[in-house]
Amino acid sequence: MTSRIISDSSEWTFALLERFDRELGRLAHEVYGLDTYANQIEVIGSEQMIDAYSSVGLPINYHHWSFGKQFVSTEQTYRRGQMGLAYEIVINSDPCISYLMEENTLPMQALVIAHACYGHNSFFKGNYLFRTWTSADAIIDYLVFARKYIASCEERYGEAAVELLLDSCHALMNHGVDRYQRPAPLSMTEEQRRQDERADYIQSQVNDLWRTVPTHSADGTPPADTPWPPEPQENLLYFIEKNAPLLEPWQREIVRIVRKVSQYFYPQRQTQVMNEGWATFWHFTLINRLYEEGFVSDGFMLEFLQSHTGVIFQPPFDAPYYNGINPYALGFAMMRDIRRICESPTAEDRDWFPDIAGGDWLKVMDFAMRNFKDESFIAQFLSPHLMREFHLFAVRDDDREEAIAVTAIHEEQGYRGLRQALAEQYNLGSREPNIQVVNVDRRGDRSLTLRHFRHNRRPLAESATEVLKHVRRLWGFRVRMESVDEQGRVQLIAEL
Amino acid sequence: MSHFIDRRLNGRNKSAVNRQRFIKRYKTQLKRAVADAVNQRSITDIDSGEQVGIPSRDISEPIFHHSQGGTRDMVHPGNRDFMTGDQIQRPEGGGRGGSGQGKAGKGGLGEDEFLFELSREEFMDLLFDDLELPNLVRNQLLGSTEFKTIRAGYRTDGAPSNIDVVRSLKGSIARRTALGGPYRARIRALEEELAALLALGTAADDPRVLALQAEIDRQRTRIAALPFIDTFDLRYQGFVKRPEPTSKAVMVCIMDVSGSMDQARKNLAKRFFILLYLFLKRNYDRIEVVFIRHHTIAQEVDEQEFFYSRETGGTVVSSALDLTYDVLRERYDPGVWNIYAAQASDGDNWDSDSTVCRDLLVTKLLPLMRYFAYVEITPRQHQSLWYAYQEVAAAHRHFVMRQIDGADDIFPVFRDLFKRQVA
Repeated sequence: MTSRIISDSSEWTFALLERFDRELGRLAHEVYGLDTYANQIEVIGSEQMIDAYSSVGLPINYHHWSFGKQFVSTEQTYRRGQMGLAYEIVINSDPCISYLMEENTLPMQALVIAHACYGHNSFFKGNYLFRTWTSADAIIDYLVFARKYIASCEERYGEAAVELLLDSCHALMNHGVDRYQRPAPLSMTEEQRRQDERADYIQSQVNDLWRTVPTHSADGTPPADTPWPPEPQENLLYFIEKNAPLLEPWQREIVRIVRKVSQYFYPQRQTQVMNEGWATFWHFTLINRLYEEGFVSDGFMLEFLQSHTGVIFQPPFDAPYYNGINPYALGFAMMRDIRRICESPTAEDRDWFPDIAGGDWLKVMDFAMRNFKDESFIAQFLSPHLMREFHLFAVRDDDREEAIAVTAIHEEQGYRGLRQALAEQYNLGSREPNIQVVNVDRRGDRSLTLRHFRHNRRPLAESATEVLKHVRRLWGFRVRMESVDEQGRVQLIAEL
Repeated sequence: MSHFIDRRLNGRNKSAVNRQRFIKRYKTQLKRAVADAVNQRSITDIDSGEQVGIPSRDISEPIFHHSQGGTRDMVHPGNRDFMTGDQIQRPEGGGRGGSGQGKAGKGGLGEDEFLFELSREEFMDLLFDDLELPNLVRNQLLGSTEFKTIRAGYRTDGAPSNIDVVRSLKGSIARRTALGGPYRARIRALEEELAALLALGTAADDPRVLALQAEIDRQRTRIAALPFIDTFDLRYQGFVKRPEPTSKAVMVCIMDVSGSMDQARKNLAKRFFILLYLFLKRNYDRIEVVFIRHHTIAQEVDEQEFFYSRETGGTVVSSALDLTYDVLRERYDPGVWNIYAAQASDGDNWDSDSTVCRDLLVTKLLPLMRYFAYVEITPRQHQSLWYAYQEVAAAHRHFVMRQIDGADDIFPVFRDLFKRQVA
């Protein structure tokens, strides 16, 4: 019988990559039923990889010094050997673009193809957050539009002006996201067509808002000063784009671009554990299947397993290089655990997961992948088995107490608290400060008031004043920052 | 179906623009770092790139985030012996892992500085930014051997490769139009005649009609026989060589090598000269350097000897100035060369010689010079030379003098000497 082994060499060629891709694609689609976008696999050098890093993984982006800074620091740490580059970068687009590094060996390339082109790719296509919040088919076009637009603004209004504006927008980038409402789909041609129209329209709206000629009601008394905006607004960039009194139309457009890019990354920030876990699970499953079917050799598997275990290594909290929970480790373990619960549930699992224990693991995992984000995924699927395996423990650091208290450990009484605490740790809403626009003094000094709603009494870091300067630059008038504690007491923390 | 693309050949420097913007933005910080770096460098590698640091706080991009304080719940892996309700002392300094933004312990290095690798060009740009050569002139043409070939209209002769096709064909059309003119006029006349005949009802095979037609045909043949292109039409692109105003500079380094100048001071002087040399090199296409060292007598020497040979003896500065004047007069016509001089000394001189130096400078040397810089390398009291030179400096704007105490002073003094004058 002839050997089915694809190649024993560690050198890759395009022919071999295609061969691997064909086999992996067959397994992914036909055996495991993954639904993916078409793949576009690009081979790049390490320097290009650093380039890609520095534009936050986007294949094309506008110019800004901060990307240069990112590039320089990545290059430095890479050259000094403090950091390896990621083996791949994958972009949530349709077709799904993945970068393979030229330096990788053949087993690594196969791993990356399985991980990115089938794992991440199917996640991008399936997960509800990505489906709702990003337009994979239009992102590249939109970025092309954004880059051109910003370049033309630089030409017309000067690099310095655009840079200042972008600095300010970047400072608020995390607060430029619609959390509850689906943004309009992106489209380059549409953007371009509507751009002028929109600019005029917005300007007219703003002018209306800031009309200075006093209007008197019939009986001669000025209308009561109703607070405005009527509801607090949490999308600061959106609020500024639509309402800042002094911005030029092109500036509004740039605010919008930054907002759109931020929106595009919003799901990624919420699904780190799931996304990486899902991709890691699939490269592990697919490559093992290749091995079972005799396509790869033992040597290949050893190299594969070495990389794989490196990726999913979780150092304990007291290790010198401990830097929080490794999302690959946790995600991979949870995905495997779901499969285990389906295939060979214990009594404990039946107790904790009556719905899925003993079910069809492919269906359950597909369901989990589609309908959750990190927070809810952990709250739903973290099993006692896994908590024991990771030796998880929860601590509470309260600055009113002398010491840090251990609140839950991996034991019967602790499981629920532990799971709750870990899920909360991935809740973007509580990880990031909750800051909202509460008032604009429309008739007075046009000042803008932001309010920080404190959660667990956690204060804002000092950088808030710096950020506030950026808000002021965008808003153009006085800006106030207040802090509200859980009892509803308001305290002014900065005013510029 | 997947689609593979080899992007390795694509441009690598996608981030170059962003990098340039970064440099532009942090120019002040980088400049400061570059100045520090220069002072710490050994002399030989001053002309290369450099890794410089910028304090991280200067380049931070602020965002809203939480600080320490309040209540935080966190989950960590790897529990060994904690039980619920245990109290753990806070780690010192709060540098506990898992804070999400902890930068602690990246390879054990304190990451206070953002390190930045500058290329040689970037380094030199920053080093000499805002400096300018006083009285820089680059209009000397005499003795210039630099030519630049430039386009200069069209010619009727030249190499076949320089044929200008469009222009030649225009000539061809013009010639054919001109030469064919009489024939066409004749054809028109004949045609009118023919038409008149036919209008009178003459038969088509009448001998007069046939004769006219034959004549028209003959004229047409003659037009067709005009050569499509003739050597007469050919036009060649013309080029002329234009002498280029090359800017040439000569830099005279004068150093005191008497016994009182020890190796450390010579090194300081050398750094100063090197900076000057690098700076001139950026401004002039061609630079020559003349090394003159002196104790009681002056000698013109090569670089090696200038910096490393040991001499002892007294000091007569005027000897060096005399020699400088001779060298310049012989070899460097001030109409052709931009002449710069830098003198380094520890200030020792025969008392009676200082006034001689002053007069030499004022009457002979300074009229030839673009700039004369004097640095005195001494932590001690000034002596007679300094006071004599002060008189010169008061009267001449292109004579400057500064004092250097140690290595740290060199670059600031250098910048001070050459800083861009606000008009």
